[in-house]
Amino acid sequence: MRYPVTLQVNGMPYPLELEPGRTLLSVLRVELGLTGSKEGCDDSECGACMVLVDGQPVNSCSYLALQSDGRDVTTVEGLASGTTLHPLQRAFLEHGGVQCGFCTPGMLISATALLAANPDPTEDEIRAGLSGNLCRCTGYVGIVAAVQSASAEVASAE
Amino acid sequence: MDGRFASPTALVDALAATADGYRAVAGGTDLVVGSRQGKWSLPEDLVALDRIAELRGIEESAGGLRIGATTSHADLARDPAIRERWTAIADAASIVGSPATRHIGTLGGNLANASPAAETSGPLLCFEAQVEVSSTAGTRRVALDGLFGGPGRTTLHSDELIVAVDVPGLASAGSCYVRLEFRRQMEIAVVGATAVVSLDGGLVRDARIAITALAPTVRRVPAAESALVGTDGGPSAAAEAGRLAAEAAKPISDVRASLDYRRAMAAVVVRRAVTGAIARAHGETIPIPASASTFGAR
Repeated sequence: MRYPVTLQVNGMPYPLELEPGRTLLSVLRVELGLTGSKEGCDDSECGACMVLVDGQPVNSCSYLALQSDGRDVTTVEGLASGTTLHPLQRAFLEHGGVQCGFCTPGMLISATALLAANPDPTEDEIRAGLSGNLCRCTGYVGIVAAVQSASAEVASAE
Repeated sequence: MDGRFASPTALVDALAATADGYRAVAGGTDLVVGSRQGKWSLPEDLVALDRIAELRGIEESAGGLRIGATTSHADLARDPAIRERWTAIADAASIVGSPATRHIGTLGGNLANASPAAETSGPLLCFEAQVEVSSTAGTRRVALDGLFGGPGRTTLHSDELIVAVDVPGLASAGSCYVRLEFRRQMEIAVVGATAVVSLDGGLVRDARIAITALAPTVRRVPAAESALVGTDGGPSAAAEAGRLAAEAAKPISDVRASLDYRRAMAAVVVRRAVTGAIARAHGETIPIPASASTFGAR
């Protein structure tokens, strides 16, 4: 049977009725049309589906949508303010952190969680923070540089 | 899928659901991930445990710890008391999966999944943890070594839930969990070892050693433990414990490593775990997690 649920995604409430087996990723992409979060491996290996649930990174491909009822979900679509990119997004562009782009939404989400918990991470801490995200283009050097640059920017803005 | 779903905030309601045939899901990092991998189908009827506040948290009581079943690996890894006095648990919890796995994966789920490679099982076996298990019929306590029935199998009834894990305290102890890993993160143990030692006058008074991914269940190795008692825990004693643990191991060959390689590495990881535990018992600082790199390749 279907159960009523209100997903709070990027600050917007979405009342829905969902079957228990639906994953958060499928609901985000199919029901809400938020296709920034990607389906890569579909079993929590690659991190392309990463979203924040109450501020913590979650592989949405393997997380039941009903478990997110009433919790704050943030997808990559929620990072920018209007047309102003989030500092991490800008840094990814400036440092060549985007190649094919498929891993980018998940990388940005994991990096957001990392900087929220640790605003001035070392390179090792950045690599650990992004360890649940795979880049098939192997563009890790640019990604790590982007997170380092954004952390400096976020730190100096405070 | 046309199943039922419950998301109670009270344990008693979750137990009513499991009595009615619902299967429990906490973080879903084994249950849901396994269904995405095609290992099994997602159960028709699911009861989510993540809103039950009484199941989550770490309390110190009577010198020991009581850890709620849905306490996350991240909670365990950062808890100051665990890091100081039950350090091997922090070693293990801090290397489970990725940051996302650790935030959402739970201790009770890790135990209920009963993997022979589960990171937290070895430290908890060595600390002689007891598991509190409930159903509508009542509550019972199970010594952790009685929980594991085989690879991926527990001795629990289908309506029983792990509610909490009680971990006794241990005086003058040092502990360490080490795994052999092919990569630093998003990894499971190729082989792993836990050592918990108590010292008296510079000699080992009490020793507990467990092996991970080296037998159908994570288990203790009594022969290696008794060989360590009465020694100074130095290099030759640690090597001897490693040799005995490798002898007692019953590894398999699979996609991750061969039987022979696992047996050879059993001696190495046990030696490193003993060395780390002895050092910590002497008050030396070994970073958490005590990865293989902590001890160098030798």
